[in-house]
Amino acid sequence: MSMNNQGRPTGTGTSSYAASSGSALLPNEPLLFEIGDIEHSGVDLPEVEISLDRLGGFERKSALDLAGLTEPEAMRHYVRLSRLNHSIDSGMYPLGSCTMKHNPRLNEKMARLPGFSDIHPLQPVSTVQGALELMEELSHWLMTLTNTAAVALTPKAGAHGELLGMMAIKAAQEAAGQSHRRIVLVPESAHGTNPATAAFLGYLVKPIPARADGTVDVQAVKDALSPDVAAIMLTNPNTCGLFEPQVIEIAEAVHAAGAFFYCDGANFNAIMGVVRPGDLGIDAMHINLHKTFSTPHGGGGPGAGPVVLSEALAPFAPVPFVRKGENGLELVEHAEGSALGRVTAFHGQMGMYVRALTYMLSHGGDGLAQAAQDAVLNANYIKARLAHAFSVPFGDYPTMHEALFDDSFLQGTGVTTLDFAKALIDEGFHPMTMYFPLVVHGAMLIEPTESESKQTLDRFCDVMEELAADAKAGNKERFTSAPVKAPRRRLDETRAARSPVLRWERPVEALKAAE
Amino acid sequence: MRYLPHSEAERAEMLGIIGAVDIDALFSAVPSRALKSFDLGLPAHSPEFMVEAHMKALAAKNHAGADGPFFVGAGAYRHHVPATVDHLIQRSEFLTAYTPYQPEISQGTLQMLFEFQTQVAKITGMDVANASLYDGSTGTAEAVLMARRLTKRNKIVLSGGLHPHYRDVVKAYLKDDADLECLSASPEGQGDILDHIDEQTAAIVVQTPDFYGHLRNIKTAADAAHAKGALLIVVITEVVSLGLLEAPGALGADIVVAEGQSIGNALNFGGPYLGLMATRKEFIRQMPGRLCGETVDTEGQRGFVLTLSTREQHIRREKATSNICTNSGLCALAFSIHMALLGEAGFKRLARLNHANACKLADALAGVQGVEVLNKSFFNEMTIRTRQPAAELVERLAARGILAGVPVSRLEPDDASIANLIVLAATELTTDGDIATLCAALAEELQ
Repeated sequence: MSMNNQGRPTGTGTSSYAASSGSALLPNEPLLFEIGDIEHSGVDLPEVEISLDRLGGFERKSALDLAGLTEPEAMRHYVRLSRLNHSIDSGMYPLGSCTMKHNPRLNEKMARLPGFSDIHPLQPVSTVQGALELMEELSHWLMTLTNTAAVALTPKAGAHGELLGMMAIKAAQEAAGQSHRRIVLVPESAHGTNPATAAFLGYLVKPIPARADGTVDVQAVKDALSPDVAAIMLTNPNTCGLFEPQVIEIAEAVHAAGAFFYCDGANFNAIMGVVRPGDLGIDAMHINLHKTFSTPHGGGGPGAGPVVLSEALAPFAPVPFVRKGENGLELVEHAEGSALGRVTAFHGQMGMYVRALTYMLSHGGDGLAQAAQDAVLNANYIKARLAHAFSVPFGDYPTMHEALFDDSFLQGTGVTTLDFAKALIDEGFHPMTMYFPLVVHGAMLIEPTESESKQTLDRFCDVMEELAADAKAGNKERFTSAPVKAPRRRLDETRAARSPVLRWERPVEALKAAE
Repeated sequence: MRYLPHSEAERAEMLGIIGAVDIDALFSAVPSRALKSFDLGLPAHSPEFMVEAHMKALAAKNHAGADGPFFVGAGAYRHHVPATVDHLIQRSEFLTAYTPYQPEISQGTLQMLFEFQTQVAKITGMDVANASLYDGSTGTAEAVLMARRLTKRNKIVLSGGLHPHYRDVVKAYLKDDADLECLSASPEGQGDILDHIDEQTAAIVVQTPDFYGHLRNIKTAADAAHAKGALLIVVITEVVSLGLLEAPGALGADIVVAEGQSIGNALNFGGPYLGLMATRKEFIRQMPGRLCGETVDTEGQRGFVLTLSTREQHIRREKATSNICTNSGLCALAFSIHMALLGEAGFKRLARLNHANACKLADALAGVQGVEVLNKSFFNEMTIRTRQPAAELVERLAARGILAGVPVSRLEPDDASIANLIVLAATELTTDGDIATLCAALAEELQ
């Protein structure tokens, strides 16, 4: 491909991205560095003279080589890029464990009120009383829905909340002279973040095998408990989409052994307003505001992972937190005594607090319970409609908000779970979660959420049935070559990992031409 | 309820197909004493206009940055965000997309991340950057842990100029760790970290511009660290400074961590923000967080994927480099769009404008009786010593509608020697009128 002396592509070349604008509404968009150059800018700013006197001799001498775009160029670049994405607004996202529900736009509008978006975390507390009030109100909703004694709002995402919750457990045990507790029990069906969090804090991870019915056996937990066990990290409803029927007995056994019960709250959407985790005996649980309370996933964050804490762990909450004082609300920013300190600069994800509270107020307590019930209804509907054509590993209980299938229905077809999922793309659906949980062979985990209408669920089930029939009929090619209608065919991930290209480099020919 | 599509008739029909008598039958695994055994006492659902009124009433109780002269910085900065940025990040296909684990239908997010990584690598002068972390403070803690893995040494030394919150986060992540050495606050810009590096040191952490606004000598720190086989972690809380100051990569930094909020992201009372992390090529396999890489599809078309995921929790579980999963994708998009709009020319102009306004602020403050400016060097932020305790002074100025900066005592309450210090920032939004108003009010309060 030829470039002008600023590295901008000129004319048609052989590279796939050079001249092709893609087909119809599916653009092939060059990289911003292939469109822009260092002269172009989409921001008008006055040029000011400065002296270098107060830069200590540290002014920039190395090249930046940062491409810029004017406003119309930028608008088109990003709009064209956006068209290459699937999104919840454009189609169903049956991703188990991810709770891809509708993201109300009122949330976005409220988060952009200057009284929330244009306030600084370190301006005087007297000037942000409304923000503190909002944090109090959100805390009240979270503690009420979970029946817990305290909540730490600050964690930046679910995994960060897990970390904080486990730090609080560690701090509580150290304060009680229980530092010898070095083991954390983690069921095999757990999210990867659970063992990663425990290991991050120096704990030994001891896996608990799943029962044949997909749930955790209270006896297996009892057998694994010892005076060296610090905690169990249990997801409930679990990652097989099942409510743990013995969860109260498990909590009692864990507490009797002097350990704590950390609950992974990723699946809270199934039970909000219907079951309070505090009633089940949990000591700490993070809540993903970007799952349960509709703050957008944004292509991978930002999330927010507040952690609710039991009476026993409340004194070990991190700073900062809000409390009532003589002159209104106060922000406690310094740890007094043995608390674990601070897990992030400032006060957490305020932008997400605003969105989540807006969602809660819109739904109300009644609406949240209805949403949980509809989410469970939808998952069971999918399971009921597809059971005849798919294989259900754990059929004994009704499922909660997720329907789990394994790949035994594909046996002998030459089609894998991955192939099957990629074929869904050609039918306009995002794939379901694949190969997770690990306790099921070739797992397909489907979480429709409450946002999907019966009409959409029926269309999804029709497509799933048709795909299953086609796989069994021997039409392997449709699956192994899928997707064919997406902006890209399957990508070579091995090549990406073997010789990583993690940034754009100016092509050698362009550098030569510029010389 | 406006977010729930089912009618009662549809619910009944679906229950019939499932074969359940009622919705409670689907919750049969829940112990009966825990199912709906309570009255939540929460308000019922509410129409949009009523929710909006409630939220607006809360927002109205806050003093927004635009309401008056504003000089608050110390790790979060009030910059202008072009309207285009906020419009584009609200595109459904960006806002409501999931993490791009299915690359065939996520090329928009993936290409954006590849562009973002390139931009971050370029401004920091490093080989590679990741696809973002939560924020600068947690990024600093992650960098410290990464340095330990790389060097197989334990000792970490934090400069006295590091943002106190960042220090506290590192402390929490390394709880009770005897190998963590935190140097005492250095509001005068005094450098003492070079004497603390030894053969056990994994890394030293130096912030520039530091918490008090002073510009630190990165080259000297890098040379001293490398002489003992240690790594240099450079922390930057004001990323706009890189439009004017030398890139840490060009001065010998091994890992650069920055708070990216200043570009594309509003103040938001502290979050969501955006952690930037960049490093040398040879260190990428110990880097935490997601990485986007270039590849081709089965037809040979260029495309992008998340790569090197064997470092990550969803593959490696307890052997992962970090437990991070969700990061700051949409904040990274805002950063990347704003940076693309600025381009090299705009980024440099923005940085110069910030510095020029800060110079005006420093000169004006130096002319106020009872105020001493501590900085010889700075980018857009500086520390003053006043003849009164800073916390009360800032409070009195706030009562007059002026947000005059951050009293250092708010972050360092135990150090009496810094009770009279205020950190103030200027940005492109600071006007001559704001500066004049601040200085006149300060002069009156200090009389």
